[in-house]
Amino acid sequence: MYEFSYHKPSSVADAAQAIGAADDPKILAGGQTLLPTMKQRLASPSDVISLRGCRDLVGISSDGSTVTIGAMTTHAAVASSADVQKAIPALAALAGNIGDAQVRNRGTIGGSLANNDPAADYPAATLALGATIVTTKRELSADAFFTGMFETALEEDEIITAIRFPVPHAAAYAKFDNPASRYALVGVFYAKTSDGPRIAITGAGQGGVFRSTEIEDQIAAGKTPDSSSINESDLNADIHASAAYRKHLIGVMAKRAVAAAG
Amino acid sequence: MSATGIGASVKRKEDFRFLTGRGNYTDDINQPNQTYAYILRSPHAHAKIKGIDTTAAKSAPGVVAVFTGEDMQVGSIPCGWGVNNKDGSPMNEPFHPALAQGKVRHVGDQVAVIIAETYSQAKDAAELIEVDYEELPAVTNSEKAIAPGAPLVHDDAAPNNMCYDWELGDEAEVDAEFKNAAHVVSIDLTNNRLVPNAMEPRAAIGDYNTGTGEYTLYTTSQNPHVIRLLMGAFVLQLPEHKLRVVAPDVGGGFGSKIYHYAEEAIVTWAAGKVRRPIKWTAERSESFLSDAHGRDHISHADLALDADGKFLGLKVYTKANMGAYLSTFSTCVPTYLYATLLAGVYTTPKIYVNVKAIFTNTVPVDAYRGAGRPEATYLLERLVTKAAKQLGMDQVAIRQKNFIPADAFPYQTPVALQYDSGDYEATLKKAMELSKWTEFPKRKAEAASRGKLRGIGISTYVEACGIAPSAVVGSLGARAGLFESANVRVHPTGSVSIYTGSHSHGQGHETTFAQLVSETLGIPLENINIEHGDTNRIAFGMGTYGSRSLAVGGEAIMKALGKVVDKASKIAAHLMEASPEDVEFKDGKFTVAGTDKEVDFGTVALTAYVPHNYPHETLEPGLEENAFYDPMNFTYPGGCHICEVEIDPDTGTTQVVGMTAVDDVGRVINPMIVEGQIHGGLAQGIGQALLEACEYDDNGQLTSGSYMDYCMPRADNLPDFKAATETTLCAHNSLGVKGCGEVGAIGSPPAVINAVLDALHDVGVQDISMPATPQKIWQAIQAAAVLAAAE
Amino acid sequence: MPSVSMTVNGKQVSGTVEPRTLLVQFIRENLHLTGTHVGCDTSQCGACVVHVDGASVKSCAMLAVEADGSTVTTIEGLAGNADVLHPMQEAFRDNHGLQCGFCTPGMVMSAIDLVNNNPTPTDHEIRDWLEGNICRCTGYHNIVKSIAAGAAAMKGQKAAAE
Repeated sequence: MYEFSYHKPSSVADAAQAIGAADDPKILAGGQTLLPTMKQRLASPSDVISLRGCRDLVGISSDGSTVTIGAMTTHAAVASSADVQKAIPALAALAGNIGDAQVRNRGTIGGSLANNDPAADYPAATLALGATIVTTKRELSADAFFTGMFETALEEDEIITAIRFPVPHAAAYAKFDNPASRYALVGVFYAKTSDGPRIAITGAGQGGVFRSTEIEDQIAAGKTPDSSSINESDLNADIHASAAYRKHLIGVMAKRAVAAAG
Repeated sequence: MSATGIGASVKRKEDFRFLTGRGNYTDDINQPNQTYAYILRSPHAHAKIKGIDTTAAKSAPGVVAVFTGEDMQVGSIPCGWGVNNKDGSPMNEPFHPALAQGKVRHVGDQVAVIIAETYSQAKDAAELIEVDYEELPAVTNSEKAIAPGAPLVHDDAAPNNMCYDWELGDEAEVDAEFKNAAHVVSIDLTNNRLVPNAMEPRAAIGDYNTGTGEYTLYTTSQNPHVIRLLMGAFVLQLPEHKLRVVAPDVGGGFGSKIYHYAEEAIVTWAAGKVRRPIKWTAERSESFLSDAHGRDHISHADLALDADGKFLGLKVYTKANMGAYLSTFSTCVPTYLYATLLAGVYTTPKIYVNVKAIFTNTVPVDAYRGAGRPEATYLLERLVTKAAKQLGMDQVAIRQKNFIPADAFPYQTPVALQYDSGDYEATLKKAMELSKWTEFPKRKAEAASRGKLRGIGISTYVEACGIAPSAVVGSLGARAGLFESANVRVHPTGSVSIYTGSHSHGQGHETTFAQLVSETLGIPLENINIEHGDTNRIAFGMGTYGSRSLAVGGEAIMKALGKVVDKASKIAAHLMEASPEDVEFKDGKFTVAGTDKEVDFGTVALTAYVPHNYPHETLEPGLEENAFYDPMNFTYPGGCHICEVEIDPDTGTTQVVGMTAVDDVGRVINPMIVEGQIHGGLAQGIGQALLEACEYDDNGQLTSGSYMDYCMPRADNLPDFKAATETTLCAHNSLGVKGCGEVGAIGSPPAVINAVLDALHDVGVQDISMPATPQKIWQAIQAAAVLAAAE
Repeated sequence: MPSVSMTVNGKQVSGTVEPRTLLVQFIRENLHLTGTHVGCDTSQCGACVVHVDGASVKSCAMLAVEADGSTVTTIEGLAGNADVLHPMQEAFRDNHGLQCGFCTPGMVMSAIDLVNNNPTPTDHEIRDWLEGNICRCTGYHNIVKSIAAGAAAMKGQKAAAE
């Protein structure tokens, strides 16, 4: 890891200010992706701004139609939250299957979304559920938030403070693990919403998480979903899975997610 | 059987320190005034070094010294085993530098060492070193490496990238058998390259005593004396009395910590230059690029059978990837630990084997758990199952028909080995019972009702371990003896220290060896200490590999204990005023037959050190004995592994739902420990078969260089194991022991793959390579469907 | 350099560290508690698992400065000075749940966190929980047995205390 300056502001306002004052800042949430990346010297921020002091970013609330999760809430907290389990059980289950137990004890929802790893789980739930990302500057729809692999609409000094998930009629997440890393090789989140079915796919796309309106239309039409409409050239290929295999898995996982949601 | 002697599942003595965080691994050790080393490694698979500029690095904060290959002019890292070509000429053995000399030959090759006050400073400074590389084309696959026009890893030192082209048997004689054959069954297969991945990364601390001129190396080694020999005599020219090598607690080895590595020589040599201790600890990503890999064979085999399925002859042609340099035991693995096992458990009368060992731009390949025997077993057991299918025979029946019968031992194979004992029918029968083999169709049908493809696979194997008779291996090219030493020191109060040349890094020697002592001397375990891993404390040692610790190291202890009992009996005879031949020793007490005279072991020990009333005319004081034991033959564990899998045809995912292993490892000293060893081997065998892929891209970059991409077996990949033993005793050692460290990894991979292919039979898949990953299985199912549609 | 202070194994400790110092480095190098190990550099092997404020974390994926003010328990803190093994440690010994011992501290710390969350885990739940702990020696069979036995013993100990 390269040297850096460390800051621990006690409010998001102070955090935003610290970001503005730094050359090449990085926000540290749970650190479960950032720190391994910095250890490999693949990231070299001049300043690391920890959100650990911003206690108001932690917490979960539910009013029956919306579940709001603070950005610094850990995956473990989401997984074990009675509110989330009751309102959106698929989201609790997804959180309970991110990484391993120790990652879930540190990793946060805000960190995961801001990083937008193309194989992360939360982006699929956020996009499929049509969540709203609340930041220090504005509110962003999930459709507008994810802009590409490791890319989001966030501005440099903009910090996610919370995510609001509308409660769907039903939802389920089907994930096929990368055998080695256990990240999603393909993950499909299906949500039955009042606006119709929404499908978000993670792990597979070259541009990160994406929706498939074709699969959504199949489901809306009462058909069994398949992945024939997915363009193979838009998918990732690596030593674990070719684009063709990923495309196939999208169909299988979509089918399983729809079946599980009931 | 006593509660602490032979045959008891004694809880391990070493566990307390490991469970409380008080183990003492190399990286836990720190020396006063210590510095830290970072090794700059080649990012290229093959390149000329046109220049290295270390100026900026040398003046970076905290840097103590920077050395390159130009500074470190020392001997070649030696290979411990010479193998001759078919024509009798010696193998090509290119120079193996500690720090690159003008050329790098694999990604990870050592280019420079940076020594600094902290590790971070050393690593920061490494980025300031400018290496002017001229990249060369690289080759990583052994078949491509011997094709005309392939890049030459060692230029003129190894034309055609050939290390050796070796054979065993008479090809013409075997060809004659094929002429009479009713059937010939052929197979092409790859034994996948693996990364050993002991959980403790390698580490080394070099220290130079400016007062005495002595060097000390602390290192993560399975055999500190071997490192002292190889590094001292060949690389750095340091005599034994000026070089101490300590291998403290070591966190797993599986073969990868046998070898003498460049980093050991670098920190030792550099400690003399900077006159301060230097610590180096590998990061895991460095381990992937510098720990010797395992396996990597490409083979073709033909089996000739008569009309009834009796094996007549076998021909095997193997290309073995050596990597960029010859690691310590690399050359013997695909020859004397592989070709000699190709008779397997069968009476095949004629066998011919040709092995080409080939240099490539990859990390050196050497022995990894099983070393050669897993490769032999995989080839044979895939081939035999394929033969059964091709001939329409039952896969168990074809094996039984060709088994070496239990009454045929000692059995001389056509490939040089003489098996001393075994009962392959017995292990087969027990494994079939434990796995409920005959009820498999019911389970298959039930799985099918859930949409799953269920398959069962079997493997019957023999291996050769307890390595090894020095005279035999010497005649085959080994450049060392493979005996073991032991010293038994009885202290005045009757407690005992054992100094053994075997090294324990998970095997539980501190317990198993203590059980031998407890059984022999009748003293409690808490009065016994097993000392190992330090060349200054242990007379000599050849170390731990080839499942040899008990069969060779344990026998050395037994021999030394025998000498102790002999001498103690004479002292006891003197004390009891009896004739030594009338003295009996049992349960820690010396008695004289037909009398009530009795003296206990403690009294004899005290007498030996306080010899007031003592037979000084005939005996020296003290009670301490040394022994060296050189085995008369290898030992031959064997057994039967049965695997059951369920495959999800939609995704290609395989779940191992049953793994049964019945192994004959000879006499069992500690059943709990033996079972644990077998479990560990099974996990590595299943890992090889289903999960672990070490892959290079065309440029020679390792694409599976971390746990993000190299799939380590985890708890949810594996089933509960059914492990049992069935015993025939080794016929040539006093304990009757064979060895249990590697059997799990030797027998299981073909059982797993045979199960996968059995499951996939109904969807038309005929072949699959290891590791049978979900993607590969899915692709095979697709390909079979396309083929079926075309027909 | 920032200074940090925390409670480690019941003792108040402090030190100055570079911000880039990982918690595991602070534990091993500053506190000389070498029972916590480093087995990988991608935060997957779990040899470095400790408890921070009661939850298991990978100390190689946490900055020491982030643990400022926290309560940390390492493997050395379980048995204490009296050398009485924690029931989970005892269970690992009784069931041969370790061989080389390198992954063991992380394995034990992770297991205790599991049982704290789920006092009666099934074998399936144990295997699932161990995703973040890699062992190369045992094949996990005896680790799963150890954790099940350790969970039962912890339950018994808790019942006896109540």
